[in-house]
Amino acid sequence: MYGFEALTFNIHGGYLEAIVRGHRAGLLTTADYNNLCQCENLDDIKMHLSATKYGSYLQNEPSPLHTTTIVEKCTLKLVDDYKHMLCQATEPMSTFLEYIRYGHMIDNVVLIVTGTLHERDVQELLEKCHPLGMFDSIATLAVAQNMRELYRLVLVDTPLAPYFSECLTSEDLDDMNIEIMRNTLYKAYLEDFYKFCQKIGGATSEIMSDLLAFEADRRAVNITINSIGTELTREDRKKLYSNFGLLYPYGHEELAICEDIDQVRGVMEKYPPYQAIFSKMSYGESQMLDKAFYEEEVRRLCLAFEQQFHYAVFFAYMRLREQEIRNLMWISECVAQNQKSRIHDSVVYMF
Amino acid sequence: MSGAAAIHASSWAAALVRISPYTFSAIGIAISIGVSVLGAAWGIYITGSSLIGAAIEAPRITSKNLISVIFCEAVAIYGVIVAIILQTKLESVPSSKMYDPESLRAGYAIFASGIIVGFANLVCGLCVGIIGSSCALSDAQNSTLFVKILVIEIFGSALGLFGVIVGIIMSAQATWPTK
Repeated sequence: MYGFEALTFNIHGGYLEAIVRGHRAGLLTTADYNNLCQCENLDDIKMHLSATKYGSYLQNEPSPLHTTTIVEKCTLKLVDDYKHMLCQATEPMSTFLEYIRYGHMIDNVVLIVTGTLHERDVQELLEKCHPLGMFDSIATLAVAQNMRELYRLVLVDTPLAPYFSECLTSEDLDDMNIEIMRNTLYKAYLEDFYKFCQKIGGATSEIMSDLLAFEADRRAVNITINSIGTELTREDRKKLYSNFGLLYPYGHEELAICEDIDQVRGVMEKYPPYQAIFSKMSYGESQMLDKAFYEEEVRRLCLAFEQQFHYAVFFAYMRLREQEIRNLMWISECVAQNQKSRIHDSVVYMF
Repeated sequence: MSGAAAIHASSWAAALVRISPYTFSAIGIAISIGVSVLGAAWGIYITGSSLIGAAIEAPRITSKNLISVIFCEAVAIYGVIVAIILQTKLESVPSSKMYDPESLRAGYAIFASGIIVGFANLVCGLCVGIIGSSCALSDAQNSTLFVKILVIEIFGSALGLFGVIVGIIMSAQATWPTK
């Protein structure tokens, strides 16, 4: 019952919620990012990070550091936090935490299939996969020739199986079909997650509906922009949009017929939350759109912490950590390549 | 009057009136201690689970935040005190006078006192527990918030005290008929 969750939430979720709020206190602040931006080389970055929660993960790395090592070790911290919370969680929180991984599983599947298509080595691809999205039979994905085989050999045993009903075709896998597969899977995953949160009810469903609706709308805009000028037909494009969110259904009708960025902007400016995002960019410019969306997402994720006794804090923490790792990757790359003037282009500050 | 009782001999009013006042008194005493302890325990687990989790990243909060647990515990102590007071109010009356209005009144007074104290302490314990949980989490992030949230908790714990005061006043007039 909405409003009375405070009475019973702490039976199963009190300890874990307190732990995740403790982790949130360890996220890097603007002051930390400013220090990192002043660094001259990767060893300086390692020294600054040793004062944060990442310290124990980076301290044993030998001196010629690579940016990929920094990102890998920071991701390891994220995975450790996640696994610690998952093993202590009970239903329905454990199902909720599992849902957070499915997005990464989808990305890993697409990574391996694309890599195999381009004749890359399976071991090399496995090392690039996100650790949160690993599952047992992932290496067998390299063997499949088309989607039906992909499903029958590997994916039917994974949690992604129910998401495949809409994209089982016998067509061969090529770049276009793989992207369509990725987006169809992600659409099914978001809808499933949305329904699950509605079933939990209460504050969780209210906050997660907002966060997932933003995610769905953001993906709709990105799909539209990326498919301008390709062979994707309007009906196919419309099939990739999720059936919830602020833009559903009228915004999707309009986005499906857009042919360039200014038309997209025209559609989005009718919705007040997105008008604020698009008004920050001048006409014809789309590079800043990603950063504007990330900033809006971070703002909403930070707001999720304002309420107590719900599960959305776990989702918000995972997403904020991922954003932080993206920031660290960008800063490390800029420092390693001596392009410090471009650091502020892509760092999203959180607190 | 027993005449009035005879007129309603086959109605619900008669059934209620013929329940022994000692039953009502005993149930009142049981509720006063039982439900108070329920409230205290509920509050303690709500605040305790958050306190333990938050203390992992911020160990400094443990000693100060035990105050929340102490406020919840006080609620249980109120229940015990009132139960002891109420049981001293129980006196024997001869069976001829057991269903007199005087003794019914005494039985109902003890029952009501028990309910008042029990349920006031239940909600007080819940209130203090939930605030204590938020207090622990906020203190872990920003230690200046602790004292301010403690003020809210103090107001919350006053609710149990109101219940105890009214309950004791109710039970003070539980006088059984003299022999």
